[in-house]
Amino acid sequence: MSDYLPSLPTIVALVKIGLLVGGLMTAAAYLVLVERWMAAWVQDRKGPNRVGIPLTKVRLFGLGQPLADGLKIILKEDFTPRHVDKVLYTAAPLVILAASLAIFAAIPFGSSLPPIPALGLTGEEPLLVAPGLDVGVLWVFALSSIAVYGVLLGGWASNNKYGFLGGLRSSAQLVAYEIPLGLGLLGVVLAAGSLKLDTIMNAQADTGVWYAFAQPLGFLVFLVAAFAEAARLPFDLPEAEQELVGGYHTEYSGIKLLLFLVAEFLHMVTAAFLIVIMFLGGWHLWGLTGSGPVETWTVALIRFGVLSAKILGVILFFMLVRWSWPRFRFDQLMNLAWKVMLPLGLANLVTVAAVEEFRPQLVAALGEGWAKAAALGLPWAVFFIGWITAGMLTPSGTDNTPIRARGPLDIEHELVEA
Amino acid sequence: MKPTDPAITWLEEKPLGLAERLYLPLFISGLTTTARHLVSPKVTVSFPEERPTVGNPLIYRGVHRLNRDEEGRVKCVACFLCATACPAHCIDIVATESPWPDREKYPESFQIDELRCIFCGMCEEACPVDAIELTSLLDLTGKSREEMIFDKEKLLSVYDMTKDAEPMKSTALGGTL
Repeated sequence: MSDYLPSLPTIVALVKIGLLVGGLMTAAAYLVLVERWMAAWVQDRKGPNRVGIPLTKVRLFGLGQPLADGLKIILKEDFTPRHVDKVLYTAAPLVILAASLAIFAAIPFGSSLPPIPALGLTGEEPLLVAPGLDVGVLWVFALSSIAVYGVLLGGWASNNKYGFLGGLRSSAQLVAYEIPLGLGLLGVVLAAGSLKLDTIMNAQADTGVWYAFAQPLGFLVFLVAAFAEAARLPFDLPEAEQELVGGYHTEYSGIKLLLFLVAEFLHMVTAAFLIVIMFLGGWHLWGLTGSGPVETWTVALIRFGVLSAKILGVILFFMLVRWSWPRFRFDQLMNLAWKVMLPLGLANLVTVAAVEEFRPQLVAALGEGWAKAAALGLPWAVFFIGWITAGMLTPSGTDNTPIRARGPLDIEHELVEA
Repeated sequence: MKPTDPAITWLEEKPLGLAERLYLPLFISGLTTTARHLVSPKVTVSFPEERPTVGNPLIYRGVHRLNRDEEGRVKCVACFLCATACPAHCIDIVATESPWPDREKYPESFQIDELRCIFCGMCEEACPVDAIELTSLLDLTGKSREEMIFDKEKLLSVYDMTKDAEPMKSTALGGTL
C-alpha cells in the first residue's frame, strides 16, 4: 500500500513547487500593476486606480487590475497567422515559460523552515525546491540560456521581418551579455567556494560582508549584464517598439502573448533573485536575521521577509531605471558588452582570485584586522581604477560628429570641378 | 548645396565631460529626476468625482445657450448671422414675424446639432445681439443622436441653468446688453 503513496520528500517538493509557481504567477501579475503604477507616477499621473472587486463599487486602489488584465488577454482571439511555422510558433512561448519557471527549482526563496515533527520533518527544511542540487548556479545559467532559445524560436518561427530582427538582436545581445554575467558570477563562486545558492547566501551571512561590498566591480558588471539578460530598458532592443513593432512577439496574440509577457517578467524576477542572493546578502540583514541554522518560526519568517523585501526593492529599481534611461543603440550595446564589461569582469575575477589566494599570507603579514581591510580595500581600488579607465578609454562607443570634409556630395563636386 | 557652403551653420556635438565619460554620475542624476517625479503632485483629474477647473469661463467654448432679455423673452432676432457663420452648418433656424414691437422677427424654432458642432465660437462672435453664447459646460452626453439636437427650449433652459454661475458675457467683454 505504502509503495503507491508518494514519499514524504516528494510531497514536500510538490508543495514547494505549488507554492512557488502560484506565488510567482501572482507576483508576475501584480508586478505588471506595480510597473504600470511606477510608469504613471514617474510621468506625474495616477495610474490604474479604478478596478477593485468585480461587480461592486469597491476600488481598492486598483488592486483588481491584474485580474482584469489577465482576463482580457486570455479572452482575446488567439490568432495564428498562416505564414508561420506552426510547430515552432506554438512551442516558443511554452519553451520560454517552462525554462523561466524551471530556473526557480534551484533558487532559494527564503532561508529554511525549522523542523516540524508533527509532519515527520525532523530536520531543517530549506525553502528551495531542489535542496540537494550542488550545481545550482549552473542550473540557473543553463536554463536561462534555454529561455533565450524561446525568444529566438518565437522570432524565427513568426516568419516576419520584425520578429526575425527582434530574435536576431536578442541572440546577439544575450550571447554577448552571458559572458559578463558569468564573469560577475565567477567572482562570487570563487569567494564562496560553492555553486549552491544557499551556501553563497550563508557565506555572506556568516561574514556579514555582502559580496556587493567585497566585489563592487563584480556587482556592477553583474547588474548591468542582468539588465541586458532580462531585456529591460535601457537594453530592451529585442522588443524595441519604436523600431520593431513588437520585436520577437510581433505575430503573437492572446494567451501565447501572455505567456511571453509572463516569461519576460519572470526573467526580471530571476535577475532580481540572483542579484539579491549573490550580491546583496540574500536573507541576511545585520542585527535582524542572525546567521546559521534556523531554530524558530520567527527567524524563518523574518529571513523570508527580508529576502522578499530586498527582491522587491531590486525590482522597483529595475522599473525606475526603465523610466530614467533611453535605450542604447545596438553598436553601443555591443561596445559596452565587449569593450567595457568583459575587461571589467576579468579585472574583478583576477582581483578576487588574488585576494582569495593570498588571504593566508595577508593574515600572516598584517594580522587579522588589517588583512580584512586589505581584502576589502583592494577590490574597491580596482573598482575605481577600472571604472575611470573604462570611462576614459571608451566614452560612448561611436563618434557622431559629421564627416563633412569628405562627404559623398563633396567628392562629387570635386570631380565636377576637376 | 555643398557641405562647405557658408550658408550652412554646422553645429558640433559637445565633447563629453568627465561625468559623462564616467557614466555613473549621470546615471544617478537621471535616477534622482525620476525618483523626484515619483512623489511629486499628480496632474491627473479623476473626472466624474473631480471636476477639471475651467481657466476662464468667459472664453471657454462649451455647450451653447440662448440668452433671455430682462423680460424673459429669447434675445434672438432670427437674423441668421450665426447660421451663416457656422462652418459646420449645425444651426437650423426657422424665423417668423415677431409678436413684440421692438423687433421684426424672432425664431420660431432654433436647433443646434451638438454632434455636428465643432465648438469654434463663430456663432457667438457673429451674433449682433449677443443672444447665442458658449458656456463652460464641458461634459455633453446623450443616449441618441436625436437627443443631441438641442431645440430652443433646451437652449433656453441651458441659459436658466447657467445664468447665475456665468452671467451674460456681453457686459464683461464690453459689448451691448
